Amino acid sequence: MQNRDKKYWQKNLQYLGILLSVWFVVSYGCGILWVDALDSFRLGGFKLGFWFAQQGSIYVFVILIFVYVWLMNRLDKKYEVDEA
Amino acid sequence: MDIQSWTFVIVGLSFALYIGIAIWSRARDTSDFYVAHGQVSPLANGLATAADWMSAASFIGMAGLISFLGRDGSVYLMGWTGGYVLLALLLAPYLRKFGKFTVPDFIGDRYYSRSARLIGVVCAIFISFTYVAGQMRGVGIVFSRFLDVSIETGVMVGMAIVFFYAVLGGMKGITYTQVAQYCVLIFAFLVPAIFISIMMTGSAIPQLGFGSTLTGEESFLLDKLDGLSQQLGFAAYTSGNKQTIDVFCITAALMVGTAGLPHVIVRFFTVPKVRDARKSAGYALLFIAVLYTSAPAVAAFARTNLIQSISEVRIDQAPEWFNNWRRTGLIEFKDKNGDGRIQYLNSERNELTIDRDIMVLANPEIAGLPNWVVGLVAAGALAAALSTAAGLLLVISSSVAHDLFKRTLRPRFTEKQELRTARIAAACAVVIAGYFGINPPAFVAQVVAFAFGLAAASFFPAIIMGIFSRRINKEGAIAGMVTGLLFTAAYILYFKFIDPGANNAAHWWLGISPEGIGTIGMLINFLVTGLVSHLTPPPPEDVRKMIDEIRLPRANAIGSYQAEA
Repeated sequence: MQNRDKKYWQKNLQYLGILLSVWFVVSYGCGILWVDALDSFRLGGFKLGFWFAQQGSIYVFVILIFVYVWLMNRLDKKYEVDEA
Repeated sequence: MDIQSWTFVIVGLSFALYIGIAIWSRARDTSDFYVAHGQVSPLANGLATAADWMSAASFIGMAGLISFLGRDGSVYLMGWTGGYVLLALLLAPYLRKFGKFTVPDFIGDRYYSRSARLIGVVCAIFISFTYVAGQMRGVGIVFSRFLDVSIETGVMVGMAIVFFYAVLGGMKGITYTQVAQYCVLIFAFLVPAIFISIMMTGSAIPQLGFGSTLTGEESFLLDKLDGLSQQLGFAAYTSGNKQTIDVFCITAALMVGTAGLPHVIVRFFTVPKVRDARKSAGYALLFIAVLYTSAPAVAAFARTNLIQSISEVRIDQAPEWFNNWRRTGLIEFKDKNGDGRIQYLNSERNELTIDRDIMVLANPEIAGLPNWVVGLVAAGALAAALSTAAGLLLVISSSVAHDLFKRTLRPRFTEKQELRTARIAAACAVVIAGYFGINPPAFVAQVVAFAFGLAAASFFPAIIMGIFSRRINKEGAIAGMVTGLLFTAAYILYFKFIDPGANNAAHWWLGISPEGIGTIGMLINFLVTGLVSHLTPPPPEDVRKMIDEIRLPRANAIGSYQAEA
């Protein structure tokens, strides 16, 4: 790989690291590990931990993928590796 | 019209639609048959992936399961959606760039090994058959319950339909029927969900109604449900019973397993570009999330409704649906204390047993919705089961025709011979799946845990490391897949078949259930692969070039750089 391509790949890995950390925190963190602690807060009729486990994590998953799509399309263009 | 006539009309119309699409989208060559010529738009692929993924279990089973598990049901909600994040970020774009036909194809090429390819073929076929038998059974059950025909006839009709569009159209036919099936199934799921949400909370959006107050009351739905559950001796609905480590491992196994299922992965081979593969993973999860965020709301509504409409009610005043479903044996009531009332309790004084699977099917009746809604739910359940079955059958057919025949046994196969083999393999797979649907092996329900556990412990690590490491070689990958598989299979076999009596938290290793053990299998696979790879020679130069190539979206990225240099 050329230098420029290596940089593209490093940047890609950096994005993955950030997005997957969010992925881990909302599902395994808020929905499982800290669920009881979060349940002492409320979101309308939901206990907060329960909401993350059954609703919130799924919304965040969807948003994460679209953020990734946006970031990568921009990155592809910047490093001129996008498809014709 | 009565329920049965409505069901006939709606199911009949939906089947006519699927057949029409199949005739319109016939496959002309193997590329059409395996990957719809790579010409599916990202939106269509997102819809098709959603239908492909959501099976009879998602449509019929999941809400019912959650309504009895409460918060512990989250493992299915997060597990079966979170995997798409892994798929979109770690697998789909690179596999699209790789640009061939099947998952074993990637394993075989990346690890430059016929044995690796064959391990891939065996896993793909085993996972798919396990899964497809359940779908055919689901088709049979819906037919028998709503249309008064035997389960055998139901399975036969389902086989005939799938046979028609899978054998004729291959991936192309399957893709466009799945688009139609998604529309049918999501409409069928949402109509009753919205009706019930309005009736109970006044909110037309089930996801919001879930957290609202009950109509005409001060208290929130979930608080009311917690109270009702505790009064009857159950745990509060919003609290969990499972150990945290088990919840963690089951969720991880389902997520990683989802990302490793061959029939889902192969859908991303059908779009034209890397960019499209990323985007269509987003669409797919969005369409899946519509059902997956409504299902827990439906679960809570159904549970509240159920308790309120039958607890301590006199049996001669029980609602009509109660008696209808009692006749099918799926609701059982025994008046133990002879007071003529229904006691539904979490103790030995309990007089009521309810099959969890009826919650979604009975929901429209419990809520008193019009007959056409009930017919619609039947058509939706069939769409969910048929779309998933077709996707799985295609994996079996392409693994056999492409990986086993063309790439291993008969390299000189012509295009025509390969296409014919693929059609014959699809036809055989339909017949075998139908046979299992009619005569389900006693272990069908038991082995579903296998499908996810095995996908998690075999494909996922092999593909991830194949993309993200240039050092991992064939020795490592094969050793990793084999140890991951053996460990996971042995653990599940032991607790499900050899010593089922010991299948409880006290005997589980670290408190991890067989459903969650795929997570450990995956870790073992990663560890063994890394270790063995570093003790053996690195992969050849052309494989490392291939890895560089799939990491960059632009076509011939590496080739063109070489030309410049």
